[in-house]
Amino acid sequence: MTINTLARGGWDREQMACFQKMEKVIVAMQDPDMGMKMRNQRLLITVIPHAMTGRDMITWLIQKYCICEEEALHISGMLVRYGYVYPLKEPRSLVLRPDESPYRFQTPYFWTSTRWPASELDYAIYLAKKNIRKQGELMEYEKERYSVLHKRINHTWDFVVMQAREQLRASKQRRKADRIVLECQEQAYWLINRPQPGAHNVLDMGLERPNNLSARVTLVSDIITFLYVSYVPVPFVKYSEQYQNHDPIMQGCLPSNPWISDDTAYTRVLGHLVLLVPAFAAPVDLVERWSFSFMELLNDIMGRREFMIYLEKEFSAENLCFWQACEDIRHGESSRIVEKVEEIYKNFLTPGAARWVNVDSKTMDKTLKGIRHPHRFVMDDAQMHIYFLMKKDSYPRYLKSDLYKNLLAKAIMNCPTCLFVLSACSPS
Amino acid sequence: MNNSQVEWGAAEDAAPYGAAASPGCRSPPPLLLLFFLLLHLKTGGASSPCDVMTAASAVSSEVQPNETLTHLKTESDTLKTKLEEERAKLHDVELHQVAEKVDGLGQFIMKTRRTLKGHGNKVLCMDWCKDKRRIVSSSQDGKVIVWDAFTTNKEHAVTMPCTWVMACAYAPSGCAVACGGLDNKCSVYPLSLDKNENLAAKKKSVAMHTNYLSACSFTNSDMQILTSSGDGTCALWDVESGQLLQSFHGHAADVLCLDLAPSETGNTFVSGGCDKKANVWDMRSGQCIQSFETHESDINSVRYYPSGDAFASGSDDATCRLYDLRADREVAIYSKESIIFGVSSVDFSLSGRLLFGGYNDYTINVWDVLKGTRVSILFGHENRVSTLRVSPDGTAFCTGSWDHTLRV
Repeated sequence: MTINTLARGGWDREQMACFQKMEKVIVAMQDPDMGMKMRNQRLLITVIPHAMTGRDMITWLIQKYCICEEEALHISGMLVRYGYVYPLKEPRSLVLRPDESPYRFQTPYFWTSTRWPASELDYAIYLAKKNIRKQGELMEYEKERYSVLHKRINHTWDFVVMQAREQLRASKQRRKADRIVLECQEQAYWLINRPQPGAHNVLDMGLERPNNLSARVTLVSDIITFLYVSYVPVPFVKYSEQYQNHDPIMQGCLPSNPWISDDTAYTRVLGHLVLLVPAFAAPVDLVERWSFSFMELLNDIMGRREFMIYLEKEFSAENLCFWQACEDIRHGESSRIVEKVEEIYKNFLTPGAARWVNVDSKTMDKTLKGIRHPHRFVMDDAQMHIYFLMKKDSYPRYLKSDLYKNLLAKAIMNCPTCLFVLSACSPS
Repeated sequence: MNNSQVEWGAAEDAAPYGAAASPGCRSPPPLLLLFFLLLHLKTGGASSPCDVMTAASAVSSEVQPNETLTHLKTESDTLKTKLEEERAKLHDVELHQVAEKVDGLGQFIMKTRRTLKGHGNKVLCMDWCKDKRRIVSSSQDGKVIVWDAFTTNKEHAVTMPCTWVMACAYAPSGCAVACGGLDNKCSVYPLSLDKNENLAAKKKSVAMHTNYLSACSFTNSDMQILTSSGDGTCALWDVESGQLLQSFHGHAADVLCLDLAPSETGNTFVSGGCDKKANVWDMRSGQCIQSFETHESDINSVRYYPSGDAFASGSDDATCRLYDLRADREVAIYSKESIIFGVSSVDFSLSGRLLFGGYNDYTINVWDVLKGTRVSILFGHENRVSTLRVSPDGTAFCTGSWDHTLRV
């Protein structure tokens, strides 16, 4: 066989990792003790040794990796697709059939990882061999490629034909079983490396990633600040438990998951919020989630509005307005930063302003100094101060207020499946 | 190397070698390292009664400024391993141990509810709109399509002048989409209700990189975009003026993905790259505040845990890993021997209990985040899954694949 001397320089890291893992599986399968049982397969009149059936492969995979049949079928299908296992009966179709059809392991010489990249010369020799061996054995697309190659490497065509003839002569001296095996192996290899146009090309790895790993040793990342706390990751468990009932994929959502039931006509009525409720949201879920954290309340448009209404009653709405204005600066257009800062200063920070916010003196000083050279983050400290003020003071009171409780009660009432819960609850 | 002096702490006045405990705490075990304890923190967030010690690395006056870089590197490596050994003696509790008391998850029946067909080539990226039903997706042939996923109708289609549009994002207002790829730029297209209007005419070019654009995302408003690129940097842009607001340097190779933190202050984001590192950045200062390097191959996707305290990453080494930001370490690995192909994309369910991973072997694996086990495996795509996002209300997730389709 032609020896490919091209270097593996352009090999993709990603590909090699996958191939190495697949090769590990293959090697494990061929392990004399723990591997698969192989037997001789009859193919018409010849007997091919060391073959196995699709069913055997699947059973072995299920046993080794404790997976379900569908997954085992999938994995073995991948092994065939990538050419590590080839079928004996229908060599053109690289598909795994979970029945008694025979398969064989591809020789490592032909493994995709060892022979990449397959050269044109090799392909030309292969096609020439096929052509010589049996006229008309080439498929349409192979005939086209053959003629294209003939034109392209015409200067070495004599070499190609000579090589093809030599290889055919050498193979004639082999036993029939070996000959069939070698033909199948070669065919499988070329089916993968030169797939039929329109067929799935498993070697297509997408865009190449130029890896420009620099030699810089970033000492910054070596600054080690180890927190020597015995690590107990309880926060994740708590968070998940709190939100589990509100996770539509896990618990289903009320009244139904719209993707399953195709139901968008469900209009939710929640007092004055009827126009604002998007069709997919269950008000009970939403309103309950507002009580989980301040961030939930603020991130939700309705929550923010409701909170604003409450604050207006308490005469502390300027806090939320200030916070919103600061957010606007942080995430808004660069060109309008100066004017927005001016406005905020006029409305919220000037002593005696209509909506004066209560910021401590140190933060106020810092902010006022910063305003002289306004930039995107000039209001950050003040914004943080007000945010935590709202979080520690107004937010807990809001959750205890009648306004919120009524909202929650209404949401429960309007939710059909919750009615039985309501009847069971005692009025608070 | 002058760097060493500057970066290794200004702890000139600290105590000499040997254990030095500040008053009022239990004395720590003597550490035979070149570190010495500087502070003693209160056990604020951790629910463990054990000692909390912060060991900050500092160089004594013995390190000469002209020591070679390699010497310092080997020194820091040995110190790191020694610290790890010490840390291992402290009986950290792993996530799955804590989660043992949590109920296991039952069988999930997840099926494809919608299939969106229409792309003529590999689907590379997708994003949900905040209205929970619209999706924007981009593909290799340069087409960017906005769908109403519920009805599977196409609402808008734009053809970009470049191929391999690897990044697309929906604006929070739902009025614009951003996309980019091999053209090294990020372009914002405002969406109009008039279907006949030529969207390409109103295109605005926002970001300019020196290599392909791998990911983009709007921050909390329509006015700012965060991008990551194959040139190894991330950048924050002002949409209106196209001005660069902040750039983030630190990755040694292509940056492949990014995600914004859902935190209260909204100031950080995480990025993952071909240098196997996941970096957490401060958007204000442009500094890398945390870095994690435990993956064995390129990191294709990063996503924050819903609470913002952790993030998950998916990589070509066929594993997904969970990193805790406060503890500054990896806390879980999601892998299985039978999973051979790399992860292209990850996302959490709403509660953070489930982690969905799209793999290059055409499947989707669903992991139990707390217990570390796989809940289920989903088939259906006929080529690799390139992108995966959970909808904003958590009712479904969408996957895009190289088989030209998207599935919900």
